[in-house]
Amino acid sequence: MIKSKAKLLQLTVTLTACAFLFIPTVMSVMAGVTANYFKGISSGVTLKWVFQVWELYADSIFLSLWLALACLVVTFIIGLPAAYGLARHPGWFSRVLEEFISLPLAVPGLALALALLQLYGTMKGFRTSWTFILVGHVLYTLPFMVRSILAVLAAMDLKTLEEAAASLGASPPRRFLNIVVPNAMPGILAGALTVVTLSIGEFNLTWMLHTPYLKTLPVGLADSYASMRLEIASAYTLIFFIMIVPLLMAMQWASSRAQRIAN
Amino acid sequence: MTLHLTNTAKTFSDGTRALLPIELTVKTGEIMSLLGPSGCGKTTLLRIIAGLETPDTGSQIFFDDDDVTLQQVEDRKVGMVFQSYALFPNMSVRGNIGYGLKMQKLAPDKANARINEVLEMCQLEKLALRSIKALSGGQRQRVALARAIAPRPRILLLDEPLSALDASLREVLRDELAVLLRKFNITAIFVTHDQAEAMAIADRVAVMDHGTIVQSGTPEELYRNPQSMFVAKFVGSAMLLDGSCKGKKLTLAGGVQDLPKNTTDELVFVRAEDVHISKKGSLTGTVQTTTFLGTHYRIGISGIASGVLTSILAGQTAPNIGDTVKVSINPEALLILPNGAHKE
Ligand SMILES: Nc1ncnc2c1ncn2[C@@H]1O[C@H](COP(=O)(O)OP(=O)(O)OP(=O)(O)O)[C@@H](O)[C@H]1O
Ligand SMILES: [Mg+2]
Repeated sequence: MIKSKAKLLQLTVTLTACAFLFIPTVMSVMAGVTANYFKGISSGVTLKWVFQVWELYADSIFLSLWLALACLVVTFIIGLPAAYGLARHPGWFSRVLEEFISLPLAVPGLALALALLQLYGTMKGFRTSWTFILVGHVLYTLPFMVRSILAVLAAMDLKTLEEAAASLGASPPRRFLNIVVPNAMPGILAGALTVVTLSIGEFNLTWMLHTPYLKTLPVGLADSYASMRLEIASAYTLIFFIMIVPLLMAMQWASSRAQRIAN
Repeated sequence: MTLHLTNTAKTFSDGTRALLPIELTVKTGEIMSLLGPSGCGKTTLLRIIAGLETPDTGSQIFFDDDDVTLQQVEDRKVGMVFQSYALFPNMSVRGNIGYGLKMQKLAPDKANARINEVLEMCQLEKLALRSIKALSGGQRQRVALARAIAPRPRILLLDEPLSALDASLREVLRDELAVLLRKFNITAIFVTHDQAEAMAIADRVAVMDHGTIVQSGTPEELYRNPQSMFVAKFVGSAMLLDGSCKGKKLTLAGGVQDLPKNTTDELVFVRAEDVHISKKGSLTGTVQTTTFLGTHYRIGISGIASGVLTSILAGQTAPNIGDTVKVSINPEALLILPNGAHKE
């Protein structure tokens, strides 16, 4: 009796929490496809708002995707050798370096953006180009890439594996390509998904760095909330969800896979 | 291939002198074992031969007439079996074995034929497509061996290849490995800290201690004619008979033992199989422990020398603990070794 009561309580709490999180989301999504928000869903279902958002903000959506991709490429190019170096030379110096790379996580995005503006704000061409936002995103997402690869690399005896490859006649670049990269793959994948997801959703930094001609998805979202009809803002949220939810799910899957290898 | 090392030493950057200058020759087709306690420099020596560690200046390593001292590991054409096997987790059994051949840029049909040949030799045909994560310890060991041997290396180097296995499996695989190594017909160096393993596998054993080779020879030579206390103790666990020598007599706590020759300063050792419990024995001791080992008993006897003397008893029954027993030792079986020739 007591036991089932406790179970019941547990279930109620869980469901309430879920409802608390889900209902606003569902409401918002519903609003995005409702013909007239004030009359409610009975006024009919329409995709009008979604198309309107597309017309108004397609550029933002493409910019976000492009930024996420560029950010992924850059963090991969910097992150893989960095993680490899840290994994191959463990010691206090590597620890310090790892913390140093992770510093942007602890500094609020706004402060980081301010620092970037102070440093590069006067370089007009750079300030107004999308690469300026990219720099901010790379700073913010790099630690995730490095740590995710490092976790996988640190879990195996990389030094001995490379020595084994060397004894079989593999030169240093071959060892890196044939042994290090394939074995780091789960970490790379998990890191890549994290980077893309974070880059698409990043607001703090981007809001500070953006110009009127360079709005990313979340910045556009804030913009539409501030200046548009509620239906359009809601339709915007819907589009955002459609893009981010599959990424989040893939990220969950990839990082649990990487975790399994790291343990 | 004949391996020849002269004046080879290794001092690590932190000042550890892991290897003092040594000379070593391993003849073509010979299986040499490096035997010694933990930390004596066996792995260091093996890694120097492989090219994974740079020796001190003045060291010279020859593969036949080829001076490889300055050659990189990837150019040395050595086969190495690591203690942890270090199989590539991203490749199948076949992929692992074929990796060295790929590095040699061997034509695919030739490489395939070679892989098949090695798979068959190591009895791995059925496992060829398995992931290496799905193998038992013994199978991993065979894959590591197959991978090392497939590119036809000039020398095969094995670092404690059996130590990662269960004790029960180790003995079976030890004999299997001995057969396999001879089938390969290759010069090989085999590192171990287990004297039984060295004896079972090697043609010749080099006993190492504190960074030097203290004695090398066939297993029989080392067992019968150890040249120092260290070798006598390490190979076949000889026990010290500490007493006072006078002429051909050794006076012990448990009686007087005859010696084969006049002895004054030297130390006298005996092995367990030469300590016989018999009524006619001239030494007297007390039974401390008895251990039944199936084919025989191991009896620990105190009161004869300062340590416990172990005796191997083949009979059906063993004396009880606390019994007083008479012990005889054939003087010819005693090992008489110089005192202080080797300090521990
Ligand atoms: N990279 C290193 N830096 C400093 N000292 C080292 C290094 N590698 C080994 N040593 C030291 O060199 C000595 C010999 O080490 P080595 O690994 O050759 O011993 P071993 O005979 O293989 O021992 P084990 O049976 O335990 O494997 C040890 O005292 C060890 O601490
Ligand atoms: Mg070792």
